[in-house]
Amino acid sequence: MKRFLLRLTAARYGSQSEESEKNYGLGEDGTIETLDKKQSSSEPTWSVSVSPHIRMGKTTAGIMWTVSASLIPAMLLSIYVFGFRGLIITLVSVISCVVVEAISQKALGRPISVTDGSAVITGILMAFVIPPGVPYWLPMIGAVGAIFINKELMGGLGFNVWNPALVGRALLMAAFPVYMTAAWIPPVDWSQSPLGVFLGAGAVDTVSTATPLYVLKHYGLGALTKQFGELNTIYRNFFIGIRPGCIGETSAVLILLGGLFLMVRGIITWHIPVSTIASVAILSWIFGGETWFGGQPLVHVLSGGVMLGAFYMATDYATSPSVKSAQIIFGVGVGALTVIIRLKGGYPEGVCYAILLMNCLTPALDEWFQPKRFAPPKQAPVASAK
Amino acid sequence: MAQPTFPKGGIHPAEHKELTEHLAIEEMPAPSLVVLPLSMHFGAIAQPVVKKKQEIQEGDVIATVEKALGATIHSSVTGTVKSIEARPHPTMVRCDAVVIETTPDAPRRTYEKEDWRKLSREQLLARVKDAGIVGLGGAGFPTHVKLSPPPTAKVDTLILNGAECEPYLTTDHRIMLESSDELVEGIKIILKILGIKRAIVGIELNKPDAINAMSKAAERSAGADDVSVNVQGLRVKYPQGSEKQLIQSLTGRAVPGGGLPFDVGVIVQNVSTTLAIFEAATMRKPLYEKVVTVSGRAINRPANLRVRVGTLVSDIVDYLGGTRDLLKIVSGGPMMGFAMSTLDVPITKTSSGVLFLNSSETDTGLHGPCIHCGWCLEACPMGLLPKEVGIYVEAGKGHLTEKFGVFDCFECGSCAYVCPAKRPLVQFVRLAKIQIKKRG
Repeated sequence: MKRFLLRLTAARYGSQSEESEKNYGLGEDGTIETLDKKQSSSEPTWSVSVSPHIRMGKTTAGIMWTVSASLIPAMLLSIYVFGFRGLIITLVSVISCVVVEAISQKALGRPISVTDGSAVITGILMAFVIPPGVPYWLPMIGAVGAIFINKELMGGLGFNVWNPALVGRALLMAAFPVYMTAAWIPPVDWSQSPLGVFLGAGAVDTVSTATPLYVLKHYGLGALTKQFGELNTIYRNFFIGIRPGCIGETSAVLILLGGLFLMVRGIITWHIPVSTIASVAILSWIFGGETWFGGQPLVHVLSGGVMLGAFYMATDYATSPSVKSAQIIFGVGVGALTVIIRLKGGYPEGVCYAILLMNCLTPALDEWFQPKRFAPPKQAPVASAK
Repeated sequence: MAQPTFPKGGIHPAEHKELTEHLAIEEMPAPSLVVLPLSMHFGAIAQPVVKKKQEIQEGDVIATVEKALGATIHSSVTGTVKSIEARPHPTMVRCDAVVIETTPDAPRRTYEKEDWRKLSREQLLARVKDAGIVGLGGAGFPTHVKLSPPPTAKVDTLILNGAECEPYLTTDHRIMLESSDELVEGIKIILKILGIKRAIVGIELNKPDAINAMSKAAERSAGADDVSVNVQGLRVKYPQGSEKQLIQSLTGRAVPGGGLPFDVGVIVQNVSTTLAIFEAATMRKPLYEKVVTVSGRAINRPANLRVRVGTLVSDIVDYLGGTRDLLKIVSGGPMMGFAMSTLDVPITKTSSGVLFLNSSETDTGLHGPCIHCGWCLEACPMGLLPKEVGIYVEAGKGHLTEKFGVFDCFECGSCAYVCPAKRPLVQFVRLAKIQIKKRG
């Protein structure tokens, strides 16, 4: 909590210092240090700043746009599975998030930073975790919760406690439970359907279906294989992404490839995704069946939002721990909470709440797990000794 | 070949050493004017012992430190004292300096070489002190003090730091290639002063020719004394040349925070310093010349120059044909050096290079908020939390950051190098240190 309050102060302080051209005036200490300030006297002038004078090429915006780009294949497959409806909802979501961010920053007197791409990712991911049959205006409400309340009011980029996209989804689940739990549509049969058949909201009700996790939870494995085919067919279709589900979460293979791409680019590491997926698999295998060790781990991993959550949501920098050992505990926590909610909770799917709950623990994990210091001083630090 | 290195953190910046690593050390003629700051490094400010208009010879003492920790300063040219006044300084902004006008065409002073093996430890140490030698790698700790560790310290190993992990810099590389025999002699002199038998030369593996030259020089003189000089290649990783990291890479010993290398039985010496010790011990030549790398893509002719201490950077620029598209001037390496706002600063004893960077090499963009990517934690060789220090300082709570170990930070800049938000983390740490000290 202390750290959270400090972050709030930092955000407020940061907005002031940005107004004064990055001038770190620390009034009470009497030190005024300026940064990147060009010499003001007679020419010629050269740039003067604190070392280091060379930087690695990566930037915040570069990371954000790379992550967005890695989600394009999943989006394309979603068009194939759910028609253009999913694409339009995603676009509405992205535009809403960018607009809400720009308006909030304007209102809060901060520099407008929508070009850094962080609101775009939030928009894409929020659309990816809502059902394709929802009304087109729904993501706009979600964007207000995700960006204005959860991100900008918390202090802006890097200061939010919860993953913005999931806060958007959780808000919609609470406010519009009917849309969010009933607007599932089955994969499109392109030979039967002319382009754009699913654009009309009215068409949705007639074809709505149930998600695999819903069927599994309420009717058991037998009903699941009856509706979606034998286990091998389920594995194949679910791996590719041909199944009812949220807009962007269905294709395990494309999310996996996107995640591997991010790992190769050094943007995420294996720790959170692997620990999340492994714990979902192991726990659902042990506790998911009629008897112990009788569950269907692959069905659990390939259904719902486990893959998208593990690679794209739980790895969110601001809301996950920074130290690798803490990241593994975080991932195991996400996996365990997911399985508990799926097997014992009221919802068929639990990834969203599992990640949001573990987000609450992130400041504590950061406090408990710190990097191993290089031979720290043997005696107590100077100040505390006094 | 084994590649010893330090286990935690570190980065791999582009080296840019190709600009100067194949250029032999070149002697720059004495400039018409030298400016010798009375404070060039760690320790007390020297007191001038010359007066205005006094004529002096190359190598004459011009300022001394009597009681406190410090080092003698010698004139680097033959000429006349023009004034003693405040002048621009690379790290202190302004500092009192002795300004000497060079006598044109004055002959160079020559030094007689003698056998150092006939001298006692005390005599050798006195010569190092008289020569005004300080650690030439950066901080400039007076060498005669470093070579007389307290009797409680059980020193058993000397390390010659040939890592030169800073990008661009090739000074030590060239000295190891061109003066390898003198360096091995210098190592033996230091071993005699310390009364120990074991020396390790640590060189990053991106300098195979230097490893080769030093190994051969060590072999050539292997039988002469009862000491061992080992040359060891090191993995190329910044900050390999940092004292604590180098000691850990080569000996596996970790110097505790707030401690000094002799706490773990090691003394580290820089390459240029060792050459200066050799010249002082064998020829009584004071330290008033310095090899500096002048590099970067904004200088017309990059070079490794042997210059007189006190030479103005503007004279070096003129000698090397001027600059083009210059954005930033850095005294030292690009990771830890100081940006300079004027060319009127002199080369001091601790300058290892002057870099002239253009807009493609250096980044002057503004920084954004911390996104908690954690890359600074991975890069920090000391296992600190740079991102948290930055957030505390921005929130005006810099005085609470001691728990993150800010005083272990030696400001290598690895964290700021990897930061995608371009946050000035080294500056945040410096502010945190100031704020903690102010609060007591």
